[in-house]
Amino acid sequence: MKHCLVVDDSRVIRKVARRILEDLGFSIGEAEDGLKALEACRERMPDAVLLDWNMPVMDGMEFLHALREEAADKMPTVVFCTTENDMAHITQAIQAGADEYIMKPFDKEIVEAKLQEVGLI
Amino acid sequence: MITTEFDFLRDFLKQRSGLVLSNEKQYLVESRLIPVTRRHNLASLSALVQAIRKPGSTALQEEVVEAMTTNESFFFRDKTPFDHFKGLMLPNLMEARASRRKMRIWCAAASTGQEPYSLAMVLKEMRAKVGSFGFEILGTDISNEVLDKAKAGTYSQFEVQRGLPIQMLVKYFAQEGELWQISSEIRSMVQWRKLNLLQSFSQLGEFDIIFCRNVLIYFDQETKKDVLHRIAKQMPKDGYLVLGAAETVVGLTDAFEPVPEHRGLYRPKQQSADAATVRKLGSAFPKLSALTSP
Repeated sequence: MKHCLVVDDSRVIRKVARRILEDLGFSIGEAEDGLKALEACRERMPDAVLLDWNMPVMDGMEFLHALREEAADKMPTVVFCTTENDMAHITQAIQAGADEYIMKPFDKEIVEAKLQEVGLI
Repeated sequence: MITTEFDFLRDFLKQRSGLVLSNEKQYLVESRLIPVTRRHNLASLSALVQAIRKPGSTALQEEVVEAMTTNESFFFRDKTPFDHFKGLMLPNLMEARASRRKMRIWCAAASTGQEPYSLAMVLKEMRAKVGSFGFEILGTDISNEVLDKAKAGTYSQFEVQRGLPIQMLVKYFAQEGELWQISSEIRSMVQWRKLNLLQSFSQLGEFDIIFCRNVLIYFDQETKKDVLHRIAKQMPKDGYLVLGAAETVVGLTDAFEPVPEHRGLYRPKQQSADAATVRKLGSAFPKLSALTSP
C-alpha cells in the first residue's frame, strides 16, 4: 500500500484529503506544518506528499527545499494543494521540483486525476 | 408533466437529436428543462410542451434540444486515446501522407472543446517530429451554447484540473480572473462548426482521424448504425475512428474493425469479403490457402 503524507494546517482539510486518499487505496500520515512533515519524512519517507503552501512554523515551499536538501536521492512525489492559484505561484512550485499542483477547492475527481497524472494510481 | 407530454418530448428529442429516453429518465427531462421554462416565464413543463408544439417555435425547440444534451468533457479524457494518437495514428498516417503532408481530424461531438484542444496541444508538444506537416482539426457539436464556450476556450479552475497536467496549464493557458483561457495559438488550430449528427455530413469532406466519443451511447441501435455507416464514408481506407471507452462497433457495422490491442480504436475493415471467403475455404483446400497467405 502506498503511503501519502498530508500536510496542511487545517484539520478539516486533512480529514477531507485523508478520506479521498484512503478511498484511492493509500495509507495516510498527517502533519500540520512543514517542520512536522519533515520529521515525519525522516521517520518514514512517504511515496507522496500532498502539500499546503501557507502554514505556520514552516511553509510548504520551505519544507520542499529542506526535504530536497536532505533527501534528494529518495524524494517522494510532491503535489501542492493550496489556495494560491495564480500562475506565479504555480511556476515557482514547478521550478522547486513539485510534480503536480492542485488549486483549492478540490474534490475527489481532481485528486484522482492529479495522482493519475504523476503515475501514483 | 403528464404521460402524453413526456411521450411527445421523447419522440421530439429522438427525432431532433437522436437522444433516446427511457421512461425512468423523466427526472432528467425535468431537471434539464425546468431552467428553460423559467427563462421563458412559462408556468410549467406542460406549458413548455405546448409552446414547442406551436408552429414557428423553432428557437425554443432548439433550446430544448440543446438543454437535453450532455456536455461533460475534460482535457485528455480517458488518456488512452491520446496515447494512441501520439504513438500509432500519427506515425502511421504521417508516413502514409509523406508526400501530401496534410491531415484532417474531426471531433464529431466536441462539446466545450477540451478534446480538439487536447489534440492541438499534443501536436504542439510534438512540434519537432511533426515539422511542417499541416493539420486541420474540426470540432462540431449540435449545441450553439457549448460551441460558443469552445470557441472562447475559457475554462473554470475545476475544468482545468481534470486531466490537464500542470505543465500544460502553465504552457498553454493564461489566467483571466477566476478563469483560464487557452492560448490563441492553440485556439487557432481548431475550427468549429455546428452539426447535428443525424443530418448529412458528407459536405465536410474526408477525415484521416475521427473522434466520435461518448455520443453514440445516447442513440438507439438504428441511429448508431446509420451514423457509423455515414462516418465510414468520410474516411480513407487507412483512417482511424476513435470511440468512447464504453462504446463499440461490434454488432453495429461491418465497415470498421477493432485495431488489435488498442481499446476504443477502429479502422475501416481492411480485408475484402472475397479474401475472407478464400481464407475460410482455406482449411478445406490447403492449396488455395497457400496461394493467398502472405
